[in-house]
Amino acid sequence: MQSRADNISEEKMNKLTIADRSFNSRLIVGTSRYPDPQTMLEALEASGTELVTVSIRRLNLNADNGQESILGMLDRAKYSILPNTAGCYTAKEAVLTAQLAREALETNWVKLEVIGDDETLFPDVTELLKAAEVLIKDNFIVLPYCNDDPITCKKLADMGCAAVMPLGAPIGSGMGIRNPYNIQIIRDIISIPVIVDAGVGTASDAALAMELGVDGVLMNTAIAGAERPVTMARAMKLAIEAGRLAFESGRIPKRLYANASSPAEGIINS
Amino acid sequence: MSKTIVIGGGIIGLSLGWQLAKKGVSVEILERGKSGTGASFAAAGMLAPQAEMGFDDIELFYLCRKSLEMFPKFTYELYEDCGIKVELEKTGCILPGFDRDDAERLRRLYDFREKIGMPVLWVSSSEAREIEPFLSPKCTGAIWIDDDAQINNRKLLDALKIAFEKCGGKLYEDHEVENVNIKNGKVNGVKVHGIEVESDNVIVAGGAWSKQIPGLPENLLPPVRPVKGQIINLRLNDSCRVTKVIRAPDVYLLPKSDGRLIVGASCEEMGFDVNPTAGEIFKLLERGWEAVPAIYDLPIDSIDVGLRPGSRDHMPIVGDSDIEGLFFATGHYRNGILLTPITAYELSEWIISGNASSALNGFGISRFYKQTA
Ligand SMILES: Cc1cc2nc3c(=O)[nH]c(=O)nc-3n(C[C@H](O)[C@H](O)[C@H](O)COP(=O)(O)OP(=O)(O)OC[C@H]3O[C@@H](n4cnc5c(N)ncnc54)[C@H](O)[C@@H]3O)c2cc1C
Repeated sequence: MQSRADNISEEKMNKLTIADRSFNSRLIVGTSRYPDPQTMLEALEASGTELVTVSIRRLNLNADNGQESILGMLDRAKYSILPNTAGCYTAKEAVLTAQLAREALETNWVKLEVIGDDETLFPDVTELLKAAEVLIKDNFIVLPYCNDDPITCKKLADMGCAAVMPLGAPIGSGMGIRNPYNIQIIRDIISIPVIVDAGVGTASDAALAMELGVDGVLMNTAIAGAERPVTMARAMKLAIEAGRLAFESGRIPKRLYANASSPAEGIINS
Repeated sequence: MSKTIVIGGGIIGLSLGWQLAKKGVSVEILERGKSGTGASFAAAGMLAPQAEMGFDDIELFYLCRKSLEMFPKFTYELYEDCGIKVELEKTGCILPGFDRDDAERLRRLYDFREKIGMPVLWVSSSEAREIEPFLSPKCTGAIWIDDDAQINNRKLLDALKIAFEKCGGKLYEDHEVENVNIKNGKVNGVKVHGIEVESDNVIVAGGAWSKQIPGLPENLLPPVRPVKGQIINLRLNDSCRVTKVIRAPDVYLLPKSDGRLIVGASCEEMGFDVNPTAGEIFKLLERGWEAVPAIYDLPIDSIDVGLRPGSRDHMPIVGDSDIEGLFFATGHYRNGILLTPITAYELSEWIISGNASSALNGFGISRFYKQTA
């Protein structure tokens, strides 16, 4: 017989469903900035991820005749590839990049990034909406990287995006979830998957995001830039699982005063 | 004495060829284009074992340091053989920070160096600008490494070529190796221009192209990819006479004894593409200018693009293989100039004596192809 804990972890926790696909892991991992490709491969393995995002503009897409390349190293049987449009500043560039990715990688999934400026790497919302519109019309499965702004997220969801990916903090900043209240509102008002993208610095940040009830977390620098990426990847895997389980389990209410866990009254009577 | 063919006339192939020829081996270097025009030409020539190491790359770090210690002997022997003096230049290196984020990053580097017992000095902004007056006043503090060295890698290439030939080696340019011939677990030569050439040993030193050489068995293909690097060569003049190596966030400025100021380098996964691009050059110049505003008026000499041979774990692939007579010397990634002496000395000794080098232990190709019994 299965215990109740097993039921939860297998049925509720383990599946992340976006569009028509389900993933056993709620962690999405990026492929940039690792010390070397071997470390990247080991970190991906340790993270348990099944969905890996790659920067189309920073990778060699045409590696044929046995060329060694980052894309070629990724085992497509193990990982679904989520191309992203990092480095694009206009809707036009982002659309072209997504189309290039579809051609080269044979996937119509895209993590849509349109960046507003290179200091903060914050999204440019007007360009993002424009690009999302075009790509959805063109039959893409669009996962937009966006601000932690509930209204933008709502618009993107209503347009037909497959998920929304609000940022926790600026890309690569490691500042954690800076506005958990917004993330919670976004979670409440949106019915498609919400993935926190960017900002995670360490395991507790990932756990916190999951405790807020979001469907998944996407990260790159927090793993790739750690002193030991492979063990950090495992820490993130555990944090995501812990956070999700805690969310599913329903935490106790917070209270100011103690509440003895083994009540004294019962003892005398029994 | 047995005959050895070296595939590739970059700094690795030339130095190996020279050491083997010097010890009496009959050596031919086969180079597809012109020797010394690949990554070895584009390189900046920094000899900095500590600069860009990851936290778990301690073995590579020690290999680099050992190689650095071999340089004086290497350049002296080279001078004896070819009459050209290529000297180690102890320029010293400054790593400035410009804001709080940089300070955090420098702190991490500082702690790392301290932990492994490397000399490292934390200096204030004004001290840093006394060491290098052209440094931007926005510098908030810096790490100073006064014994960091560099070398003129282009001069080194010229010297190696001459020394190799003076020691009896034969360099064939415009000779692309079209196949490595292997029979019964033993190498027996290569094919060039459609002609089979026999030899007892073959050394793969083809840089970023090493995996593309036909004839290597599937389980011995070196997992090496090209990692594109762009650099800008500015010409120093009196308006800006930088004398120290400056390693700022995402850019280095390297004054060379030939009057260049190298601003480098990009690090891109773009396959074999070698076109300079607006964006990367722009980024390098912008970051270079932030660190040293006076570069603004310096004339641009040229832009160079090179393909670093990046192995899968970014460590060199040097040593023998399951195939008798087949050796590898590739995958030197960002440290090929620095690792030239140890590669040349240790591998030539190994090939001649038949005894595996203990210094190269763990750097062989077998680490990528674990035996499945
Ligand atoms: C921008 C840049 C900056 C760098 N800075 C530094 C630095 O500061 N310090 C440092 O230590 N390192 C540095 N490096 C790294 C260093 O340049 C390389 O690690 C080193 O040059 C590799 O030498 P190599 O001989 O293996 O490759 P290469 O110099 O590329 O030579 C390989 C040769 O093999 C030939 N070849 C390939 N295939 C065949 C074939 N089938 N038949 C015949 N010939 C073939 C090629 O034509 C080529 O000439 C830098 C690299 C770059 C690109």
